[in-house]
Amino acid sequence: MNLTLNIWRQDGPNAQGRMVTYQLADVSEHMSFLEMLDVLNEQLVEKGEEPIAFDSDCREGICGMCGLMINGKAHGPEVTTTCQLHMRSFHDGDTITVEPWRATAFPVLRDLVVDRSAFDRIIQSGGFISVNTGAAPEAHSVPVPKPKADRAFESAKCIGCGACVAACPNASAMLFMGAKVTHLGELPQGQPERWARVVKMVSQHDHEGFGGCTNTGACADVCPKEIPLDVINQLNKDLRGSMSKRA
Amino acid sequence: MDPVATTTLLTGETTARRTTVFMKFLMATTGALFVFYVLMHMYGNLKIFAGPAAFDEYAEHLREILVPILPYSGFLWLFRALLVVSLVVHAYAAFTLWSRANGARPQRYAVKNAAKGAARTKMMRWGGVTLLAWLIFHLVQFTIAKVNFNGAFSADKLKLDGHPSTGLLVIASFQLWWVVLIYLIALVALGMHLFHGVWSGAQTLGWTNSATSRRLAHTTAHLVAGIVVLGFAIPPLAILFGIVKG
Repeated sequence: MNLTLNIWRQDGPNAQGRMVTYQLADVSEHMSFLEMLDVLNEQLVEKGEEPIAFDSDCREGICGMCGLMINGKAHGPEVTTTCQLHMRSFHDGDTITVEPWRATAFPVLRDLVVDRSAFDRIIQSGGFISVNTGAAPEAHSVPVPKPKADRAFESAKCIGCGACVAACPNASAMLFMGAKVTHLGELPQGQPERWARVVKMVSQHDHEGFGGCTNTGACADVCPKEIPLDVINQLNKDLRGSMSKRA
Repeated sequence: MDPVATTTLLTGETTARRTTVFMKFLMATTGALFVFYVLMHMYGNLKIFAGPAAFDEYAEHLREILVPILPYSGFLWLFRALLVVSLVVHAYAAFTLWSRANGARPQRYAVKNAAKGAARTKMMRWGGVTLLAWLIFHLVQFTIAKVNFNGAFSADKLKLDGHPSTGLLVIASFQLWWVVLIYLIALVALGMHLFHGVWSGAQTLGWTNSATSRRLAHTTAHLVAGIVVLGFAIPPLAILFGIVKG
């Protein structure tokens, strides 16, 4: 298939960016979206131009490194990561607009690459449990009810790609935080730090410049791991709980 | 290379009361008070079907709540004060979060449908501003200045047993099509505000953790919005079409 690509190009963090149009011919429908960009980059290099910078790592949909705004939808038209999106989701003659995640807290480093270290700092502020490492305790010594284990697992699937922030009209990271708060809060190991965790994480989130949540659900709609919106409810509930439970 | 990540890890004490989520709590709780108030107001409006005398009597009873423990009109003024404080808190939180959201994404997407749900958010914000503007008009019209736009009703004709009657003022006002139109537009804004607000408030308060409670919150939001729009639209329309006469 033949495609017209409008791609955001930006030379550096403080450089003025612009949309650049490229024509790409003979794209196979079996290519992944990133492989299609690889082909375009090879052609650019052959012509002596700078290749388009974009993030990717495992290309198996599990690391959370890739993430592009494709035709106005985070990770493109399918509910999956950008690396697992294939060109069969597009048609011959399509025009595809590719932009980086847009958020104050995710500054553009170059072209389509954004700095998502704000997520790392949110996790660093409270998204952990404190345990003594060494000999692992017997797993059956801490019983976990099955529904709680299931919900913790469902929330733990978050890969931190940032699609929720990208899709949110307020550039809020509540789904990301809600996933971590729910994941740890459902498990016995997460209880000792539960009430401090939510306050520290939300405070760091606000400090980073993310917006507030307006419960539109745009985040859950694009999440490649299908984290449900109710993790934000859990986050709200835990923050409310923290006001009475934290001494 | 230029420094990029200028944000650092927060140090020192953090408190729940300084977070955006707490701001949402304030919006949800004050919003819940408004939902209760609006439903009571709607009930009062329907009294117009019993005639202007019954309508005025209902208004009089509001002034006698908790008398003689409270002085005459005491409860009414306490409740009004609570409503004003709630309105200020609700609007303050809304504008603060609105400006934060604008700051969180200064560079928009080239493809406009990028942020799905933005329409609903804008509806809450601009719809809220519309409601605020209408509220001022409404209070001036029926409470503060009691303005009569209907030339067919002289000041004498608006009196019942020698006293100015709010019931008659309501009937005179809604005989004008443009007044009814203003109220219907405000009602659409109110209905949509409640539609998203009731559901969103439940989510903010942490009441929607299970599939059942989420369904319940959605159903309640639909019901509240529907009942309020219908209940408020009936009296003005009944007056406009001559079903209720002075």
